[in-house]
Amino acid sequence: MTLKINEPKAKESTMAKAVQWIGAPLDRADGELKTTGKARYAADFPLERMVYGVPIVSPAASGSLIKLEVEAAEKLPGVLFILTHENAKKIFPIQNDFGTATKLAEGRFPLQDKKIYYAGQYVGLAAAETLEIAQEAARLIKVICKEERSALDSEEELPYSYFPDNNWGTPLPVIRGNFEKAFSNTEVQLKAVYTTPVEHHNPMEPHACTAVWDGDNLILYESTQWVVGARNVVADALGLPREKVRIISHFVGGGFGCKGFVWPHTLLAAMTAMHLKRPVKVVLSRSQMAAGVGHRPATHQELSIGSSKQGKLTAIKHHTITQTSFLDDFLEAAGGPTQSIYSCPNLLVSYQVVRLNHGTPTFMRAPGECTGLFALESLLDELSYTLNLDPIELRLNNLSDKSPEEELPWSNSHIKECYELGSKIFGWKERNPKPKTMKRKGFLVGLGMATAMFPGVRSPGAAKVKILSDGTAEVLSATQDLGTGTYTTMKQIAAEVLRISPHRIVSKLGDSSYPPAPVSGGSMTSASVGPAVKSAAEKAIEALIHISIKDSSSCLYHLPLEKIHAADGKLVYQDDPSKTEIFEEILKRNNLSHIEGESFVKPDNSAEGYTVQSHGAQFAEVEVHPLLGQIRVTRMVGVFDVGRILNQKTARSQAIGGMIMGIGMALHEKTVYDPRTGRVVTDNLCDYLIPVMADSPAVEADFIDKPDPRFNSLGVRGLGEIGITGVAAATANAVYHATGIRIRDLPITPDKLLKWL
Amino acid sequence: MKPFRYHRIKTLQEASHLTQEPGAVILAGGTNLIDMMRLEIMNPAAVVDIQSLPLNQIETLPSGGFRIGSLVRNSDLAFHPSIQKEYPVLSQAILSGASPQIRNQATVGGNLMQRTRCTYFRDGISPCSKRNPGTGCSAEHGYHRSHAVLGISDSCSATHPSDMCVALAALDAQIVLEGKKEKRTVPITEFYLLPQNTPWKETALEPAEIITAVDLPELPEGTRTCYLKVRDRSSYEFALVSAAVVLEFNQNQIQKARIALGGIAVKPWRVPEAEKLLHHSTPSKKLFQTCAETALKGAKPKKDNEFKVELAKRVILHALSLASKTKKE
Repeated sequence: MTLKINEPKAKESTMAKAVQWIGAPLDRADGELKTTGKARYAADFPLERMVYGVPIVSPAASGSLIKLEVEAAEKLPGVLFILTHENAKKIFPIQNDFGTATKLAEGRFPLQDKKIYYAGQYVGLAAAETLEIAQEAARLIKVICKEERSALDSEEELPYSYFPDNNWGTPLPVIRGNFEKAFSNTEVQLKAVYTTPVEHHNPMEPHACTAVWDGDNLILYESTQWVVGARNVVADALGLPREKVRIISHFVGGGFGCKGFVWPHTLLAAMTAMHLKRPVKVVLSRSQMAAGVGHRPATHQELSIGSSKQGKLTAIKHHTITQTSFLDDFLEAAGGPTQSIYSCPNLLVSYQVVRLNHGTPTFMRAPGECTGLFALESLLDELSYTLNLDPIELRLNNLSDKSPEEELPWSNSHIKECYELGSKIFGWKERNPKPKTMKRKGFLVGLGMATAMFPGVRSPGAAKVKILSDGTAEVLSATQDLGTGTYTTMKQIAAEVLRISPHRIVSKLGDSSYPPAPVSGGSMTSASVGPAVKSAAEKAIEALIHISIKDSSSCLYHLPLEKIHAADGKLVYQDDPSKTEIFEEILKRNNLSHIEGESFVKPDNSAEGYTVQSHGAQFAEVEVHPLLGQIRVTRMVGVFDVGRILNQKTARSQAIGGMIMGIGMALHEKTVYDPRTGRVVTDNLCDYLIPVMADSPAVEADFIDKPDPRFNSLGVRGLGEIGITGVAAATANAVYHATGIRIRDLPITPDKLLKWL
Repeated sequence: MKPFRYHRIKTLQEASHLTQEPGAVILAGGTNLIDMMRLEIMNPAAVVDIQSLPLNQIETLPSGGFRIGSLVRNSDLAFHPSIQKEYPVLSQAILSGASPQIRNQATVGGNLMQRTRCTYFRDGISPCSKRNPGTGCSAEHGYHRSHAVLGISDSCSATHPSDMCVALAALDAQIVLEGKKEKRTVPITEFYLLPQNTPWKETALEPAEIITAVDLPELPEGTRTCYLKVRDRSSYEFALVSAAVVLEFNQNQIQKARIALGGIAVKPWRVPEAEKLLHHSTPSKKLFQTCAETALKGAKPKKDNEFKVELAKRVILHALSLASKTKKE
């Protein structure tokens, strides 16, 4: 893929010197491609002799497959192949592990046995000359199952639940001090249960895979948040050397976690393409996305909180009952924020997980953080009314210079400034603290706030930076841009080091053949890949300096290399700025098409002894109809401390996108399973509501924008997820402030308010 | 989508003739039909495209009132100056439904004929007597939060999803049907059938008949109206409950009242018992409350949609109070 390079602007050479490219609110590098329809997503590659694949799914939620009646489908003209468990290629077992970059989304390979774990599970694939024929074939195939009793009701299955003993290596339950003792002795005690429903990611672009075999080599055009992980899993599972598999994911139309790992449809596409020796395209329907590409599981959170009369927390217990499938031990770790924001000497965080005949849950934007903060920040709001304290004051009372979890100082934390700036922008002081007192045009008005948080995460990442002989440059990395701005931010980092305009740099991402990068999840792309781009660019400049000082025709010949630096597209001698050489001249004279630097950057130990965590303060204003219970978020403000900002514009988009997704979580989103069949009833965008423009109010996002140099060389912490984390609680708190009604069950819909209004 | 024959016709006779074929359907704006065909819920053998028929006029009737051609686009109707002036409740109802893109494409006739949004009807696999006669109703013991509580039967409780039709019901609109020997008009409330044991029979439309127009009777001077819709999000969403009210005023007295409900019944739902209470009355909150109670008397809610009864009462109460405050010039 080539991105269009804008012609350098007239005064660019002087600009390059003056402008700090990191942080500049640059437009998206891929904006024009996307708005003109030129950006090609996984299903957009027109290939000759394309075959269309449509998955065949199980109508039953549990049991086993007896057989597929395929005769009628096979007779349909244009049908090429019906892939079933009987003719499927045997898949090699792989290590299902994050650390080795071979993480599967569902811990089971498709069509290797006859077991059925959930309704909508793939039991085959119909491949045909056209999409319509493949759909018709899939419809004609009768799936005969032996149904068994399905586990579909969380409450009924509770006796068979398990208590996980760790979360990513952290032993569970998490215990500090003695909760029971402290709670019974404390002055103020509060207990409440908060519940959140199953939610689906529903990115705009459906999951899609186009599989193309070229001899022994396999190319997959795949919509994924992790090209390297997908390459490893597909290669290992099919028994291919990894260098023979290439994943291309130039553009991703949103992922939010559900495209983090390889789901079974990708392997079905690859297997079918292998059998037919033709390109095969599989695009999941919205309905198939409800069954088999993950979801956020429901939570039932029991919270007890003890406090002094002055509002100092003395004891917290947070017990979460959540759900997973019979295939994987997924944990929606809602207790995370409870452990890690406020200092409280006595704490107990525990979990209980129910297995259901649902597909495997997966990470969904701020997994654990946003569900857990809904509960914690709601209960703190309740406590603030009990104590007659301002909600912000209550929170300030319980902050600490050290992380409550690790008892280490923060690498860099500006949480207090978040509250301060946020309440100023939002106008928190104008709030009458008494509920049900503020009114506007016949509506009850409420103002609420909540703390936002997300841990600082980074992984090893690599990048290559090329300086080309025409004076332009390229950044290459096997990371991917989910629509977040990575194409743009990575070249801003390179521009800052190379000292050329970012308009002369092209980012090449989303291809597993580039230097490896981690999954674009856990808000870690900027912090993981960014430092590698910086280092690679430094290496490229260094290499260029080495050439110039060895080049007898250069005015920099034999000058000390430490006194040469890049400025304005040139190398400049520090002691005599008249001695300069333009990048392209050096390369041309030495007959070089380009020079490059490559860097693989691992997290170093500079953050050792510190806890890295991002925080924020979020505010919401709601209007509630006093008779009808209709709720609208009318204003939102979020101020985030996420380290250094790479691009003010894309960062703001990320933050407000997260906040609007938070409105969905607060007011709209809920996945419903049929209680008898286990099928997702809300498997379409008519029944599964997400906010529309009319629900998206004036949203303001601001950043503290102070670098966290202990965390990495750029001082960035990433902000993909923090924007959503406090919204549900801030909204619920605002609804309480407006109405005096506390809703502890998401989403907050008019029917839940009605009986109290 | 399955293969089908496509006819683009030029005359009503042609359309009428072709729609007598078994499995033939009429295509107007297509916003609902194409959706249904893509979901393979409707698999017509033939699609008769009537878009070139001259049915896109809005005209005044000699007897007063208006005749709206069945191919008038929803947006054009909603923004028509006479409609906005004379029947604001109709404009409000149309503009509260769907999205601007859909309203630009959808026609009046198509809006009348749109199918339910019941998720079990639309999934293509669950038992559903409306889709596959005799298979039963999955919503009854399944998920039915959005389903009807009025006019339901054991075999179906799916709502009619239209907003426009709720306003039309409150306006006593007449549906003009042509194609058979006799051109006829049917009041909108009789155009839709109750599901009873035959939920697949949805309208009084007979083979060879085509909706050519909707007639709106003239409203007396001093009529006040309101369309009120409650839904889970602010736009682009079907009603949990909606109400269209038309109050004929004389000075400060209500002479006649018409109330139609949406989102809560199997068809655009009139409540004559409740309306009667308002005839020749002085508006008051207490009266409106009694009226709302009466309107919901026959409601048969289930587990997930119990709230709709209370919500509907409040919607009626609020719509009546809003309408009685709206002065018509």
